[in-house]
Formats: sequence, structure tokens, C-alpha cells
Amino acid sequence: MTVRSPLLPEPAEIVEKRSYGPSIHAYRLRLLAADARPRFDFVPGQFNMVYVPGVGEVAISISSDPEEEMLEHTIRIVGRTTRVIDGLGPGDVLGLRGPYGTGWPLQEARWKDVVVVTGGLGCAPVTGAIDYMFRRRANYGRLTIVHGVKKPSDLIHRERFEYWRRQEDARVLLTTDEPDRAWRDRSGVVTELFDEIEFDPSRTVLLMCGPEIMMHYAIQNLRGRGLASDRIFLSIERNMKCAVGLCGHCQLGPEFVCKDGPIFRLTRVERLLFTRGL
Amino acid sequence: MTGAKPAPAQFLARADLQRLLEALRARGYRVMGPVPRDGAVVFDEVRSVDELPRGLREAQEPGRYRLEPNGRDTVFDVVNGPGSLKPYVFAPREKLLQVEPEGRSFRAQELHPDAPKLAVIGVRACDLAALSVQDRIFLEGRYPDSYYAARRRQLFLVAVNCTRSASTCFCVSMATGPEATQGFDLALTEQEWGFLVRAGSALGREVQQALPLTPAPEAALARERTSLETCAATMQRKLETADLPEVLYRNLEHPRWHDVGSRCLSCGNCTMVCPTCFCHDEKDEPLLGEPDEAGVRSVRVREWDSCFNREHAQVYGLNYRPKIEDRYRQWLVHKLASWIDQFGTSGCVGCGRCITWCPVGIDLTEEMRALREPGA
Repeated sequence: MTVRSPLLPEPAEIVEKRSYGPSIHAYRLRLLAADARPRFDFVPGQFNMVYVPGVGEVAISISSDPEEEMLEHTIRIVGRTTRVIDGLGPGDVLGLRGPYGTGWPLQEARWKDVVVVTGGLGCAPVTGAIDYMFRRRANYGRLTIVHGVKKPSDLIHRERFEYWRRQEDARVLLTTDEPDRAWRDRSGVVTELFDEIEFDPSRTVLLMCGPEIMMHYAIQNLRGRGLASDRIFLSIERNMKCAVGLCGHCQLGPEFVCKDGPIFRLTRVERLLFTRGL
Repeated sequence: MTGAKPAPAQFLARADLQRLLEALRARGYRVMGPVPRDGAVVFDEVRSVDELPRGLREAQEPGRYRLEPNGRDTVFDVVNGPGSLKPYVFAPREKLLQVEPEGRSFRAQELHPDAPKLAVIGVRACDLAALSVQDRIFLEGRYPDSYYAARRRQLFLVAVNCTRSASTCFCVSMATGPEATQGFDLALTEQEWGFLVRAGSALGREVQQALPLTPAPEAALARERTSLETCAATMQRKLETADLPEVLYRNLEHPRWHDVGSRCLSCGNCTMVCPTCFCHDEKDEPLLGEPDEAGVRSVRVREWDSCFNREHAQVYGLNYRPKIEDRYRQWLVHKLASWIDQFGTSGCVGCGRCITWCPVGIDLTEEMRALREPGA
């Protein structure tokens, strides 16, 4: 068979590593094979399986811009494989296979206002999409970003939020459950900020990423204000091992989150998403 | 294997069954068949028909399996055991890749399974149906699985039509049996003096020509019809399928889940004996032996996993299915409902293995009946 196995990782060299606190690093990677980059053509929101030879693989979304040569992965150090990645730096080589899954609806959102609601440390899958829109600013209407963290130190990419905040026709609202003295933004949960955001349901697309309980309340609130379910997109997290819809771990009802997601239109997952233990 | 209509039946005398094994071996096949082992019938290599379960049948009940004499000279009266075709195509443990250091980088190579020609005799209609379900999963998706494909194309399948059912069987409800109608190379129906033989593929016809066959007597064909019809008509267990998948999606919060969750041990036996369950884990294993100067070589392997394992839905800091009742619901809803959305077919073929091999005798047909009743 001449078909290339979908399970073969492609070597990629770490060119740059930026750290956001002790346990989150962004790695910029260059594929070593000269002809490999076109196979990794992606849409923000899609992910790669990042491979450490002899150790294992983890599913990580791609946070760079699709038109850049290099691929960026922002990785939180939480388990066995990422702990090994933690010790790697420029010159070291990782494996990549992908891209997998669905991306954010950045074409569908063109010429519309976009509201982005994120919570916790799980905002990495959406930061690439926000950057994408700001780099193509004229294609999008008003951009509103609402981001909540448990404690102030969970706010990574503070400088990025500040940068977005300074852009024209953009609004950034940050909140924390446990404000400290240095915190100058809001306090409370994300949904408490919704009264402050203005949007026209007829020309707005909502992108969401974070804990399911947060998304649950956010959906209730914003739908109550007229936003249609088919304008709401969410990034869903599940256990992923194979990324090609075969290993069975990432199922959410009939959906394989690795290939049917991780970005879903709410109408597709509505009746399953908030059932406990599914 | 082709979908060609089975040829007219011919007759193979009981004393000539060994010739079938020899014809297959002569064509380079390793021949597997049902053999009694440790109190159950499993598939294993057979060199002689004397190794088949002669004069035996089995009694199956929820959580119970016993071989017992049937007082006759049969070899295929045991309907099934814990083993199916699954391990022959979807290996319980498959080496996928070999990875070795190369300078600062690494080289990953696909490992191709050593898949010898394999003939399996005594395959039941439900197992053929299960194989076609697995074909859809592993061969007909966006990423066809080369490992499965390599094993699959080496199979020669000799089906045996069921003329009796176990108490746990419900293939009639799932429309998969008791008669093998497709997906086999040869199909046999066992009778007093021998076997009715039909070919289902060109390869089957070729093997058939190597056998000392005679035209099937009309009386034998009539008796075959009667025995197959009786088997279907007397099947004890039933599963209502008309309202699937919806009835399960409507009942995701039914109190029965808690009830069955309190009985289920979450051992995963049902998923291991299920001929369609496909969940697997993938992991890297460092190779032992001479340490390479360049570093450690490793293989990437996949192994059967089960949605009943606690870690199945575990991500860092969060388990999406922490309770046993969550995991039982995942299994049953997947098997009978979401499988249909995913693959256009039910994940259940009615073989009843999950009922027999459940250590606490949980019976999915009974759970489904309870789930249709209004919750307390």
C-alpha cells in the first residue's frame, strides 16, 4: 500500500520556546521534512498529536496563524508526556501528526460581530482564532472577548489581552473568582459580565471554550438574549488517543470529538452536551 | 469474499469432514475451529476433526456457561463461546510503529503485521455480521486501518448455520441469524449423516471442488429448512429494535442507569467478548535490550481497551464518566444507539456473549425492557 499511515509522526524541531509561568510554554516548531508543511495546512481550532518518541502523544491545538511557516503549540505541563516536553527546548525534536478535527467558523463569521467567551486555562484553542481575526481586522465586525479565570495567576497571555484591548472596535473583559490586590479588572464568574456586553443577535457569532458548566450558563444567558443556537460554537474536550475516530475514547454520544469536533456548532451537540457523565 | 449468491447445496459425509481441513491446509491456511478448552469452547488451531467438540452442546444463562453431552455424534452443536473473529482481524495487541533515534531527530516506521493465511471453521451468522460491522469501522472510514486490512484479506471463513440457539441468543431480533446468508467462503449445515455445503465466494468454490461432495438429497434440504426455522422460532431472548436509537437518547436520565450501575462490576468482560467493541489504547513502549548509543528505541502499540475502565474518559484533572453507571450507559447507548448514527448499523449482533460472560449476569435485553418502562 502506498497510503501513508495516518499514525506516522512527522519530526519537527523546536525553534523557540516562550514560557508563561512555570507550567505553560509555547513551542514554535519547524517541520524537518521540506515537503511536510502543506500536509499540515490547518484552520485555527484544529489540533495536532504532539509526540515524544518513546514516551507518548498528546492532543494539542495549533495556536499559530495558518499562513505562518512555523507551527505553534501552547502546552500546559500536566502529565507524563507533557512533563517530558517541559524539559525540551530549541534544537530538540518532537513528532507531529495532524491536523485533526474541525476548526473555528472563521469564514462563516466574516463580516459579523464576534463574541468570544473563554474560561480557565483552556483558552489556548481560541487565542489562535482571535489573533487570526485581528490580523484580518477588516473582515470582522466588533470583537468582544470575555475571559474568566479562577485566580489572577491563571491569566496567561495577559499582554495579548492588553494588546487586543487596544485595538479598534474591540472590547476585552477579564474577570477572576478570587481577585487579589493587584487585580484591576472585574471579579466574579464570566456570566456576570454578560449584562455589560452588547450584541445584535442577528449579526453575531459566539465562540466558546472552557469548562462545560461555564458554557452551559453562558449559552442559557446569551440564548435568552436572542442568540440562535446555530450561531454558537464550542470547543469540547475529551480524552483523545488516536485522533482518527478509531480508539473510542473521545465519544460524546454519536460524536467522535477528535474528528467531528473539537469545535461543534451547538445545534449538533445540544441535547448531549450537558447530560452529566456522558 | 463477494456478495455472490450461494451456490446450490451439496452434501459432505461426516467421515469426510477431515478432507475440508486438509483442503484448507493444502492451500496454505492455518485452520482454526471450535475446540473445548477449560470448560468452554474457544477458537484454536485444529489439525484433526477429533479436536472439535464432539457430542457436546453448551448451556448458557446470564453469568453461566457449561458444556454438557448432547447424546449425539455432532461436532458443531455448541453455538458459541467467549471467542469471536475479532482477535483475528483487530488484534488484542498490535505493534503499529517502530521508532528509533536518528541524530537529534527520530525515524518512525510503520510495522506491517505478520498476517498468515487463516481459515476459521464454525463461524456463526452473528459472527459474520459482527465482522461486517468491524469492516465498516476499520476499513470504510476516512482513515482505513492497514493493520486490520492486512489480517482481514487473509481470512477464509467456513460458516456453520445454527440449528439450535443458546438461551442468551437473540440474533433473530438483530436480523443477523441463525442462517449465514453472506460474508462466508463456505457455509455448512450439520445433520445426522454429514453436512450440507454451500460456497459463498470463488475461493469457496475452489475449496469445495477439492471435497468429495454429492448432490444434496431433497429430504436433507427440507430438513435443513425446518431446523433453521425452528431455531429462529424458538429463540428465547428478544430485543425490540424498532424505536432505537431514539428510545435511548430519550432516556439518558432514567433511574435504571443507577440501578444497573449498582450491579455492574465495571470489569469490562462484556467488551472483551463482544465481537464488535473496538475501543483501544495506544502507547509507546521502550524496547528492552542492548542500549543504543543514540538513545532508546521504542514501539508504538495499541491494545484493546474498554469503556468500563475508569481511565477511559479521563483527561487531566477531570473524568467525564466517573461513575460505573455513566460507563454502563456509555456502553449500552453506544452499542444500541449512537453506533447507528456513527456507522449506519447497530453495534449489537445478538450473539448474547455479554450476557453469558457477565460475572453478575447483567442482561442487556432485560435492561432495555426496564429502560422502556417509565422511571420510578
